[in-house]
Amino acid sequence: MPNDTQWQLDLRPANIEDGLDIILGGRWCIDASLPSPCVVLDALDDHIHSLRFDAAGLSDWDSGLLTFLGGVLKACAQRNITADTSGLPSGAQRLLAMAMAIPEQKVAGRDKGRRDMFSLVGAATLEFFRDGPQMLRFLGEITQSLLRLLAGRARFRARDLWLEIEEVGPRALPIVSVISFLVGLILAYLGADQLRLVGAQVFIADLVSIGMVREVGALMTGIIIAGRTGAAFAAQLGTMQVNEEMDAYKTLGIPPVDFLVLPRMLALMLMVPLLTLYAGFIGILAGLVVSVTIFNIGAFEYYTETLRALEFKHFLVGLSKGTVYGAMIAFAGCLRGMQCGRSAEAVGRAATSAVVTAILLITIAASIMTIVYYQLGI
Amino acid sequence: MLETTPPIPHIEVRDLSIGYGDFVVQRDLNFVVNQGDIFVIMGGNGCGKTTLMRALVGLQRPLQGSVLYSGEDFWGASEEDRQRLKQRLGVLFQSGALWSSLTLADNVALPIAEYTDLPQARIDEIVAFKLALVGLAGFEDFYPSELSGGMKKRASLARAMALDPDILVIDEPSSGLDPLTAKRLDELIVELRDSLGTTIVVVTHELASILSIGNNSVYLDAETHTMIPTGNPQDALNSGHPKVRHFLKRGAA
Ligand SMILES: Nc1ncnc2c1ncn2[C@@H]1O[C@H](COP(=O)(O)OP(=O)(O)OP(=O)(O)O)[C@@H](O)[C@H]1O
Ligand SMILES: [Mg+2]
Repeated sequence: MPNDTQWQLDLRPANIEDGLDIILGGRWCIDASLPSPCVVLDALDDHIHSLRFDAAGLSDWDSGLLTFLGGVLKACAQRNITADTSGLPSGAQRLLAMAMAIPEQKVAGRDKGRRDMFSLVGAATLEFFRDGPQMLRFLGEITQSLLRLLAGRARFRARDLWLEIEEVGPRALPIVSVISFLVGLILAYLGADQLRLVGAQVFIADLVSIGMVREVGALMTGIIIAGRTGAAFAAQLGTMQVNEEMDAYKTLGIPPVDFLVLPRMLALMLMVPLLTLYAGFIGILAGLVVSVTIFNIGAFEYYTETLRALEFKHFLVGLSKGTVYGAMIAFAGCLRGMQCGRSAEAVGRAATSAVVTAILLITIAASIMTIVYYQLGI
Repeated sequence: MLETTPPIPHIEVRDLSIGYGDFVVQRDLNFVVNQGDIFVIMGGNGCGKTTLMRALVGLQRPLQGSVLYSGEDFWGASEEDRQRLKQRLGVLFQSGALWSSLTLADNVALPIAEYTDLPQARIDEIVAFKLALVGLAGFEDFYPSELSGGMKKRASLARAMALDPDILVIDEPSSGLDPLTAKRLDELIVELRDSLGTTIVVVTHELASILSIGNNSVYLDAETHTMIPTGNPQDALNSGHPKVRHFLKRGAA
C-alpha cells in the first residue's frame, strides 16, 4: 500500500506508440505542496501525441488536483496532444469539462503592467491637462443650474438645502471655535512681541481684529471646511456614482447638478461667510484674553481700540472671501465626487483630491482677492 | 455512495430566532443540513432569507437559539473558534460583494493567500482554474466595475469556492443570470457537491433551481414569521403544505 498522505506522480512511456502515461497516486489536496503542471509539460517532447491518465492509486483529491490537471490539459490543447481523461475520477472529469467548456476570452486592449516612470509621468501629465477642461465644463453646468434656480425651474428640494446647512454650519462650530481661538492667540503673541519694540502694545487689538476679520478668519474657516465638508461631499457623491444612483437621477431626467450640487453649493456659500464672522469674533476674544492676562492691557482699552480699528469694509472683505471660499470648496468637493470611478478606492481618492483641490483653489482665490482689494484701496 | 451511507448532520439550527432589535424576522427555526446536502432556503421577498444566511455565516448574532457546525455550537464558541469555523465556509453574497479595488484574480486569490502559504505561482494556477470553472477564464485582470451583473455573480462564486470550503452558502446564485448560464451554474453546484463533497446551502426563489438541485429545503413564511419544513422540493411541489405549493407553482393552485 503506497503512502496515502503524500501525492505521487509518475510518468511512463505508454505501450502504445507516441504516448505517455501519467500515473497519479496518494493525496492531491490544495494544502499540500503539489507539483506544478510544468513537471508534465517538460516531459512532453515533440514525438508525444497522446496522454493517458491513471488515477487508480488516488486516495483523496480536491481542487489541488483539478488545478494541476487543468494546467496540463490546457497545454495539451495548445499543442494538439490528445488527452484521454477516462482514467480520472468521474467527478474530476466532469469538473474539468466544465472548466474547459468556455474558452478563455482574449480581450483586446488590456495590457497590464507598463508602470515604468515615463508612462506614469506621461499619464499624470495628460490627466492634468484633461482636468482643466473638465473643471470648466463643471463650472458651466453649475452656472446653468444656478440660472435655472433663479428662473425658478431648478429641480431642487429646499429640505436638502436645510439639511446641508445644518450639517456644514452648526456642526462645524466646535472645531471652528477651537482653531480660531488658538489662531487669535498666536496673532496676539506675535503682535505683542513686535509692538513692544516701539512701545505700542495696545495696537495688538488692531492687528488681531483686522487680521482675523479680513484674512485669517476666512482662511482658517476655509481650510477647516475643506477638510471637513469638501471631503464629505466628494465621498457622498462618489459613493452615489459607485451605486449607479447618479445614473438613476439622469434617467429620470433630473440633472444631478441641480439636485445634488446646488444645495451643497448654496449651503456652503451661505454658511462659510457666517462661520468666518464667527471665527473673527472668537479670534478677537482670544486676543483680548491674551492682552489682559499676559500683557497688562486694560479690557476697556482693548475694546475701544478694536472698535476704532474695525471698519465696515473689513467685514465686507472677510464676508466676500468666505463666500468665495465656500463656493470653491463646494465646487472642488462636488467635482471630484462626480468624477469618481466605480470602486471603493476611487471614493477615497476623490475625497483626498477634493481637499487638495479646494485648498489650492482657496489659496489662488485668496491671493487674487488680496491683490485686487489692495489695488482698489479697500 | 451518498445515498447508502447514513446522513451525517453538518449544520444544525435549533430554536433560532433572527431579526433586528425588537423586530423579529423569523422565529422557532429548526432544521438540519446533512453532509453533502444541497439545502434550499426559499420564501418570498423580505421573509428573512438573507438575514438567516447572515446568522449562519457569523455576520449577525441571532436573537435566540443556536447554530451547530458538526455538533460545535457556533455562536456559543469563543471568537477564535468561530474564526476557525468560518474559514471552512464559503459565502456568496446577494449583491456579489466583490472587492471593487481588486482585480478578479486578486479577489479570488486573497482568501487563498490569507489562509494558506502556497507560493504565488500555485495561487495563480488555482485562481485561473476557479475562474475557468465559472466561465470567466481570461478575465483575471478585470476590475469588478468592468463586468456585467451576471459576470460579477459568477466571479463571486469563484471567490466563495476559492479555498474549497466544506460548506458553501449562496444567496441567490442565479438572479441576474441568463437561463443557460443559470443552468450551468446549477450543474456546477451539483458537481461541487458530488465530486468534492461540499455541503451547499442555497438561498433562492428561482423555481427551476429549487426543483432541479435541492434535495432538502425549508420555506420561510413572511406572514407567520416562522418556517415550514418542506423536505425534497419535488415532493413539496406535489404534496407539500398548500402555501408552499402555491409558492412553487407561482400562485397557481
Ligand atoms: N439592516 C436591517 N435593519 C432592519 N431591518 C432589516 C435590515 N435588513 C433587512 N431588514 C428587514 O428584515 C426583513 C428580512 O430581510 P431579508 O433581507 O432577510 O429578506 P430576504 O428574504 O433576503 O428577501 P429577498 O428575497 O428580497 O432578498 C425585511 O423585512 C427587511 O425589511
Ligand atoms: Mg435576500
